[in-house]
Amino acid sequence: MSILRRIARLILTMIATVLLGTLVTGLLVRLAPGFDVDARQLDSRLAHESKEALRDQRLKNADIMHFCIAYLGAAATGDFGESLTLNRPVRELIVERFPTTLRIVGLGLVGGWLLAVTFAFSSVLLHRAAYDAATATISGALLCVPSAVMALLFVLFRAPAQLAIALIVFPRLFRYARNVLESSYSMPHIITARAKGLGMVRVLCWHVIPVSAAPLLALAGVSVSVALGAAVPVEALCGIPGIGQLAWQAAMGRDLPLLITSTVLVTLVTLTANAISDLVTCSLSSSRV
Amino acid sequence: MIARCKTAILVLFVIVTTVMAYASELRFCLRSEPKTFNPIMVDDDAAETIRYLTGGVLLRVNRQTQALQPELATNWKVSKDGRTITFVLREGLYFSDGSPFTAEDVASTVQQLMDPAVHSSTGDSFRSGQGKVVTTILAGNRIAITFPAPVAGLDRLFDQVAIMSARSSKKEMAVLGPYYVADHKPGSYIMLKRNDNYWKRDGSGRKLPKIDVIWLDIQSNRDIETLRFKRGEIQLINSIDADYYERLSSSMPGALHDSGPSLDSEQIWFNQVAKAPLPAYKLAWFRSQAFRRGVSEAINREDLARVVFGDHARPAMGPISPANRLWFNAKLQPVHYNPSGAIARLQQDGFHLQNGILLDRDGHAVEFSIITNSGNKYRERMATMIQQDLLKIGVKVNVVTLDFPSLIERITEKFNYEAALLGLVNNELDPNAQMNVWLSSGDNHQWNPRQKSPETAWEADIDQLMRAQASAVTLKDRKRSMDRVQDIVAEQVPFIYLVNKNALSAISTTIQGTAPVSLRPQTYWNLEQWTLANGTTGSGK
Amino acid sequence: MKYLRIFAIALLSMVAITSLGAGFLTTVDYATQFREAPNAAPSNAHWLGTDQLGRDRFARILYGTRVSLLLAPAAALISTLFAALIGGVAGFVGGAWQRWATMLIDLVLSLPWLFLLITVRALLPLNVPPLISVIVTFLLLGMLGWAASARVMCAWAGAVRNSDFVLQARATGVRGCRLAIVHVLPNLKPLLAAQFWISIPVFILAEANLGILGLGVAEPLPSWGSLLRELEDLAIYSGELWKLVPLVLLILVVSSFELLLSRTEVSA
Repeated sequence: MSILRRIARLILTMIATVLLGTLVTGLLVRLAPGFDVDARQLDSRLAHESKEALRDQRLKNADIMHFCIAYLGAAATGDFGESLTLNRPVRELIVERFPTTLRIVGLGLVGGWLLAVTFAFSSVLLHRAAYDAATATISGALLCVPSAVMALLFVLFRAPAQLAIALIVFPRLFRYARNVLESSYSMPHIITARAKGLGMVRVLCWHVIPVSAAPLLALAGVSVSVALGAAVPVEALCGIPGIGQLAWQAAMGRDLPLLITSTVLVTLVTLTANAISDLVTCSLSSSRV
Repeated sequence: MIARCKTAILVLFVIVTTVMAYASELRFCLRSEPKTFNPIMVDDDAAETIRYLTGGVLLRVNRQTQALQPELATNWKVSKDGRTITFVLREGLYFSDGSPFTAEDVASTVQQLMDPAVHSSTGDSFRSGQGKVVTTILAGNRIAITFPAPVAGLDRLFDQVAIMSARSSKKEMAVLGPYYVADHKPGSYIMLKRNDNYWKRDGSGRKLPKIDVIWLDIQSNRDIETLRFKRGEIQLINSIDADYYERLSSSMPGALHDSGPSLDSEQIWFNQVAKAPLPAYKLAWFRSQAFRRGVSEAINREDLARVVFGDHARPAMGPISPANRLWFNAKLQPVHYNPSGAIARLQQDGFHLQNGILLDRDGHAVEFSIITNSGNKYRERMATMIQQDLLKIGVKVNVVTLDFPSLIERITEKFNYEAALLGLVNNELDPNAQMNVWLSSGDNHQWNPRQKSPETAWEADIDQLMRAQASAVTLKDRKRSMDRVQDIVAEQVPFIYLVNKNALSAISTTIQGTAPVSLRPQTYWNLEQWTLANGTTGSGK
Repeated sequence: MKYLRIFAIALLSMVAITSLGAGFLTTVDYATQFREAPNAAPSNAHWLGTDQLGRDRFARILYGTRVSLLLAPAAALISTLFAALIGGVAGFVGGAWQRWATMLIDLVLSLPWLFLLITVRALLPLNVPPLISVIVTFLLLGMLGWAASARVMCAWAGAVRNSDFVLQARATGVRGCRLAIVHVLPNLKPLLAAQFWISIPVFILAEANLGILGLGVAEPLPSWGSLLRELEDLAIYSGELWKLVPLVLLILVVSSFELLLSRTEVSA
């Protein structure tokens, strides 16, 4: 299938996924308890009319189908509504905070992949039990540290938040990458190649990597969403003004316009990353055959 | 020779300007992003902080003496019927942008505040009845404000009203307070700079404030805030948790302050709403005075204060904290921990112990859940301790922590809960602010809100007493009514009051002039008087 | 490698036995609050000191292990199965099925499932028995945690399907189920093992975070997640190192699982 047709299909799928995602998010938020309440209802100084006004403001979005359609219509013109918790246009909030998150997540991903690839390849090439055990313990230890503690340690040692994301993402990537490479190494035709006397590096570059390319690229696509997920606790706990912190505050405050916009953003980023990895995989496999 | 002189002068100039550029700076944290800079719409803590530091008010409650003192108004008088207040305004003052301060600004602020379309806690505090608020500008720089109905404690309410300019193009950003908002990076920080037009001077005639710049960093994580204080990155924690108080006091002596009990209380209440989706027998328990008093006596408040708050709290006796010297009923008796007394009281209502389990008269085992908001570890710990206390009298308690919106929905709309543990945050001394809590028709009458007519005799009594104090003319009459309300609450226990937390704060020893108190804002209430020792700077960004 | 594996088995068995026999190893109940000694240092009475409410930490670790060690692997198994079924099968079948599965997986990755969890809490009664609450929690975690690895599994299964040796097998007439089970599945096992191993600590920690929503293990029942939350206390950075014991234990257990699950070496 031509690359153009593939891209066109991918774009259509992305649009359909975003639309579906918007609707499902809206439903999830609407059905969850606490949709039409506001923390200010517990303030005894507020008059009854004020509390009713607060509730009415929230209930304006009660018809979720209506809201989603109106939202998507407005979003097409660049208007993403106004945040209920911060009283500012959602677009402004996102534009302010997006670069921060992009920087942290981007650098964190790069760092995480560097670490994962280094350890995975070296582990497979060296084939030493002690080295494997050591890397397993280190990556296991990183998985066991709660994100709150990680954030606190980073503030304690004044380390950049990007490193926190890298260390959160690294163990997941490392484990998969290593197992994929290890598994490829043990495939029958690769064993044959090794038996024929081909060098380790040659086997790796010419035989193992092409076979592992597909899942590794898929892992790359998925790692973007893993890193985005890690950004939420890291930003919230370290007090970094990014999208992650915004999304968490929006969730706790049932801020529908902000929540839907941040979900759409996350969906788009995830889909784009996965789409790119799919395209690259396809072009690699087609060029191979 | 001339060249050398020129170089020397240049170097001197650079040195002097560099030294001068080291303006004195103070840095501390806000726990959330302020939702607004408009002083009329202030509803959250962060916005309240900014209003306090930038807003000029007509009258100020001195947080230390709890007395009312003149600010922008040099004199004031409340009419006998409690409906009109007349202010004599200070003359020759200017807003931070240079526009003059006149009576029109006061009138315009009040009109905006009392606009029926505006919904804010500041404005609602004044709403005593239907009708327009009339502002009359009088000769001699005076203004009279008349409300449609008497407002209890009218003059003290003006502590919350920051005057905005009627004419300035900067609208709410032109201020009369010691500082103005110079920079704002959303999600990150707010920078306040000293207002050169601020009218106040200190005893020796020097212009206030003395500190030039205040950085307010937005930091919701208290662990990190404490860490930053320990490192000296911030100089102040306005309200520090009891855990950190002990932790820091050993390494930073002199920096930690315990100002005694605050106005806040922590309490538990049972759901008494008739249409609540609870089994009838459980509702019967919660509506039984003996049950509520028995549970109250079975809770060890001393342990709560000691273990959870490290003795930085005191067992609470009622709705008004002892820190509220004027309104606290000094004759109230504390509730002592008495499990055997609790069981005896419960037996009066048909409850009995069988194999260590408390059963009601129909044989149902007494079991209920307490909901509280997650993220507040002190409440979670108190709930866990209460769970153990009540186990000793055979009652099984399930502790459920919920996210705040779910919790609010349960206690204000759906009423699908059994008992709740929350705290009451009191910013005002005047109990009139709690009308909505004590009136049976009130939204915040937490155990059974929005009653069409009082469902019990004692709630009817409280309704009558609260209305009496709101319209009473003398302070003595008001106090008498409020004392009686506190007595009824102690008998009927609609709220089981647990502890009054102490006001704890941390202030760097490099700051001079501080006097932390228990009323909010605990530390920076007199910030305009502070100086940094040795002219040192706070650490910059 | 063999000795490490023996060590891993020994450690896991010891942890399992001590947690099941918690009643014999300590006479102290995990819920009893020694209110005279909150935050106490280790002593003869309390081997690992007490927590903020004066509860014996050693007892809480023993009893907490039961909950976490039993349920986290079960939840990890559920999520691994979901990943294998949805990702693996779709990747193997290919074509339109793979496209639809990919779309579903991407959607699941992006949605805020927090609200589903909040709704589930609202549907459960407030007085739900702690065991039911725990089981529901880990069940939910298992059903929501599979998306990332499903995508990788999908791609891997597709790559394996197109690889030389599978093409060879198909050329010799092997089809359908036999092809899947005999040739493709064994190659998916390392990925499944990775997913299982990663999920265990992730779910143990997630359970503690779910406490924010009212799910998770209810007081006074301890769990490793709640024990690890103690680490958020700044105190350990000033020397109260015994609070690190739950973390060290978790790392050892997780590493032991990994050692057991890793592939045997294929000696060339």
